[in-house]
Amino acid sequence: MKNVSIYLGLTLLAVFLAMPFVWSLFVSLHESRSAIPEFSKIVPGRPHWENYKTVVLNEQVPVLRFFINSLIVSVFVVIGQLFVCSSAAFALARLPFRGRDLVFALFLGTMMFSGTVVQVPLYLIVRQLSWLDTYFALIMPSVGSAFGVFLLRQFFLQIPREIDEAARLDGANEWTLYWKLLLPVSKPALGTLGAFAFIATWTDFFWPLIATSSLEMRTVEVGLSIFKNSYGGTNWPLQNTAAVVALIPVLVVFLCLQRFFVRGITLGSGK
Amino acid sequence: MSHLSIFVILPIAFSFWISLQDWNVMKGTIQYVGFSQYQSLATNAQFWGSVVNSLLYTALSVPLGMAVSIVVALLVSQPIKGANLFRTLYFIPSVCSTVAVSMMWIYIYLPQTGMINSLTKLFGLKDIDFLNDVSWALPALAFMSVWTNLGPRMIIYVAGLLSVPPAQYEAAQLDGAGAWTRFWKVSWPALAPTNAFVLLTGTIASLQLFTPVYMMTKGGPLYSTDVVGYHIFVEAWKKFHLSTASAQSFVLLAVVALCSWMQWKLFRKQAESYE
Repeated sequence: MKNVSIYLGLTLLAVFLAMPFVWSLFVSLHESRSAIPEFSKIVPGRPHWENYKTVVLNEQVPVLRFFINSLIVSVFVVIGQLFVCSSAAFALARLPFRGRDLVFALFLGTMMFSGTVVQVPLYLIVRQLSWLDTYFALIMPSVGSAFGVFLLRQFFLQIPREIDEAARLDGANEWTLYWKLLLPVSKPALGTLGAFAFIATWTDFFWPLIATSSLEMRTVEVGLSIFKNSYGGTNWPLQNTAAVVALIPVLVVFLCLQRFFVRGITLGSGK
Repeated sequence: MSHLSIFVILPIAFSFWISLQDWNVMKGTIQYVGFSQYQSLATNAQFWGSVVNSLLYTALSVPLGMAVSIVVALLVSQPIKGANLFRTLYFIPSVCSTVAVSMMWIYIYLPQTGMINSLTKLFGLKDIDFLNDVSWALPALAFMSVWTNLGPRMIIYVAGLLSVPPAQYEAAQLDGAGAWTRFWKVSWPALAPTNAFVLLTGTIASLQLFTPVYMMTKGGPLYSTDVVGYHIFVEAWKKFHLSTASAQSFVLLAVVALCSWMQWKLFRKQAESYE
């Protein structure tokens, strides 16, 4: 009996969580420009799959270009973070230097600086560097992630130092230690960081909104909002189609990498 | 090894250096105006209104989100088949883009034909235009955030629950404690550091809310959802008062830092008392 009520609770919750998606999916298949369907008529008489073609191959809004932009930016941010954060984490975990703890505390402090708080100064800096409206503006600021450093440092600290010492006896220097020893062992942590970084970059809305201005440089997130505002202001079915289209890559990535997400959260909270 | 450290600190210093760059001077035409920005900020009622909104939103969304996440974590931690599947499912909303989620929820909150109103109509309840109602808009956004943030919070709580030694539960059961008592006397104290973490990260994130406001309410109706994150955005990019926005960003930073500090102290105290 206890199990039945648990399953009931879990299923109800799943329904609650899934409803917005299912709703959206149904609406996206209604005829374009039709009125908002009532609850009882939510399932369309005939699914209008051509809505998807309208969105993806849109003439007014370069949707495919948005996808390419998001992909480029996300991939490069992931690569960048993996290298930069692992180097920093390596330095913080393995290389004793004066003020190391202070530096780490500073890194943690920068976690409070994000998006809305640093928008203005970051924008000014980027403008000064003539990076506005380029891939650089979208990639560079995200490469040095304090969260990434934190995550990897936690992981490195758990690797026994005996491995280091054994390697040093064989004549390894810091670079070899980092490149040939620590990194291969850290694949799970790196995978986790990569998964998080990809999703975070792909779904980042605020920064690409202010860092890019030309239509060709926009990412999927920003493009989606443009779509809502300009193209289908009151075209509900089409808007939902756009939302679904934007969600698909994220869902695919998530489903492929899901174990990394679960592991990553627990790593991050220090458990 | 200093080269590695320098090479590495540089991009991260990008973010850090920003705090030093936070002058209230707009590069270009306007001259240095000193602290007068902060002075005028003190009398800027709309800005402080947005601060209140942010605090209100945080107070609504974070505790509720934590409570729901704990319950879900408890459910998912039960030794039943398929718990893993549910766990994965519950995580999906949080990886979805806030933009798409906002668009979906606009629809949910629509008057008359929206999902919620369609259902409440069946019970004879009044039709509510959530996003256009001054008293409902902010709570509506807060509720949405519970849905969105459930995944990560749930996982953190699951991990936290796992760290309680089963022996403690057994001892409690031997003493005749029911499930409710077991939760409050065993699980809850053990979750103290987890609670602190979720509270801290939830607060920091909530105070910087932007995307749903931009997508769904644009600060309305009547500024009831004008939170600080959105307010600064409007100030900086719609009105082009970059210096005013800088000063406001600094205030936001101070508020975030203050909340973080307070919660950090609480965390230390709780963690120490648990040991």
